[in-house]
Amino acid sequence: MIEFHDLSLGYSGRVLMSGVTLKLMPGSFHFLTGPSGSGKTSLLKLCYGELKATSGRVEVFGQDIGAMARDQVALIRRRIGIVHQDCQFLDHLPMAENITLPLEVAGQVADARAMDELLAWVGLSGQARALPPQLSGGERQRAALARAVMGAPDIILADEPTGNVDWEMSQRLLRLMTELNRMGKTVVVATHDLNLIRVAKSQVAARVLRIQGGRVQLAGADL
Amino acid sequence: MTKPNLGSSLRRLIAGRRRADRVVPPSGHTATLTTLTSAAMAFLAVFALALSIATGRLADRWSQALTRTATVRISAPPEQMQAQTKKVLDVLKTTPGVSAARVMEPDEIKRLLEPWLGPDLPVDALPLPQLVEVAETPEGVDGPGLQLRLQAEAPGAILDDHLRWRQPLVSSASRVRILGLLSLALIGGATAALITLATQAALAANGQVIRTLRLVGARDGYIARAFVRRFTIRAFMGALAGTALGMAAIALLPAAAPEGGFLTGLGFTGIEWGWPLLLPILAALVAFLSTLAAAFQTLRTVR
Repeated sequence: MIEFHDLSLGYSGRVLMSGVTLKLMPGSFHFLTGPSGSGKTSLLKLCYGELKATSGRVEVFGQDIGAMARDQVALIRRRIGIVHQDCQFLDHLPMAENITLPLEVAGQVADARAMDELLAWVGLSGQARALPPQLSGGERQRAALARAVMGAPDIILADEPTGNVDWEMSQRLLRLMTELNRMGKTVVVATHDLNLIRVAKSQVAARVLRIQGGRVQLAGADL
Repeated sequence: MTKPNLGSSLRRLIAGRRRADRVVPPSGHTATLTTLTSAAMAFLAVFALALSIATGRLADRWSQALTRTATVRISAPPEQMQAQTKKVLDVLKTTPGVSAARVMEPDEIKRLLEPWLGPDLPVDALPLPQLVEVAETPEGVDGPGLQLRLQAEAPGAILDDHLRWRQPLVSSASRVRILGLLSLALIGGATAALITLATQAALAANGQVIRTLRLVGARDGYIARAFVRRFTIRAFMGALAGTALGMAAIALLPAAAPEGGFLTGLGFTGIEWGWPLLLPILAALVAFLSTLAAAFQTLRTVR
């Protein structure tokens, strides 16, 4: 589903990661952890083509995403649900329109009943007409997750989805993501919250990748 | 990147999608600036167009009015005047390219001199030259050849084919017409530059919108169209208002009168009133192309 082949990434002379080779299988659940600034967000951005590798390549759905034109990358992104760290909503549009944005840009029309079910699933049934700034941090994160799954993607990439919410809300978001994984979605969650990872391992067969010193390694039982 | 195709882009632009337009936040000062700029530029363009058309008309009129006529001026002692006038008429009768020739009456000469010497001119008391008005056929006369023949037959006769003062006038009018057209081109260029700047400012101010749209899989064309449509419609509406004001101002100018000189002739007549109506369409086209170029240029930097 996602493959890294001897990948290196650097910014202005500094090597952020190098020699990364890994393969994320369809339907798998991965956590991506590591200290702040270790490159978790960058690794996710490489997966959806916002960043290009300095060397090596990233294959998504069997295609080298770094070699694609922008419009091709856009088509790949329609198959990937992205939950950004700061959610990234269009603040002037109601939540319902924000959540259906992946369908709108693809020229599709959202089914009203599916929309209601999705909002109920993330616990935002009464917030369809609310504007993003009117929502709490937890509500925004759940709305971002709802938007990520709106286009029925094959992969969910979540960057610190529990970064700005309390523990109870973190667990709620985790449950939503494990449910998505049970539905067959490939899920990658970048987080520095080790407690969340420990809880998750009791719910789902998750693997943990740790980025440290520019290398990505499979974390062991120390978590 | 999908290259923007003008035809399909225009079709999509006109068809539009209200929902897609909504992804760009409601207009800020850049959109207002676009409307005002277009209005001001269209207003100026109406005047540049009027100037160009008026000078073109003037050049044509002067050229046509004077090309087919000439004058023979006979300055001779009173006792020879009649004989030389007859010889001049005889020469003209046998000159190819002359369709008619007639001796101007003293009253006509008096009227010609009135603007300079006043109405109570004692024509009889003045040694005025005899004037012969010559009408030419479309082929025209051989000026130098005719002059030589006149000198041989009537030494006091001088041919004036008006070329000496007609040419600079026509040339000046033509240059003013070119200046008018150049002004139109400059106004178009300035409009394009200002709309490009306004679009770039709007794109920069909406960086977050663009990043969000990219995140959910929006292609360049989708994002660009949202901006292009907004700015094109703004430019069209602004230009429409500016053109209407410009045309009203032109209509309120004093009507053309023979004694009014050049400025009173500044304006449109008949079908010429249709030309300014093209300005809003041109402004929309300029806005469409400049916004499209600015949008794709900006989108190239956001992956």
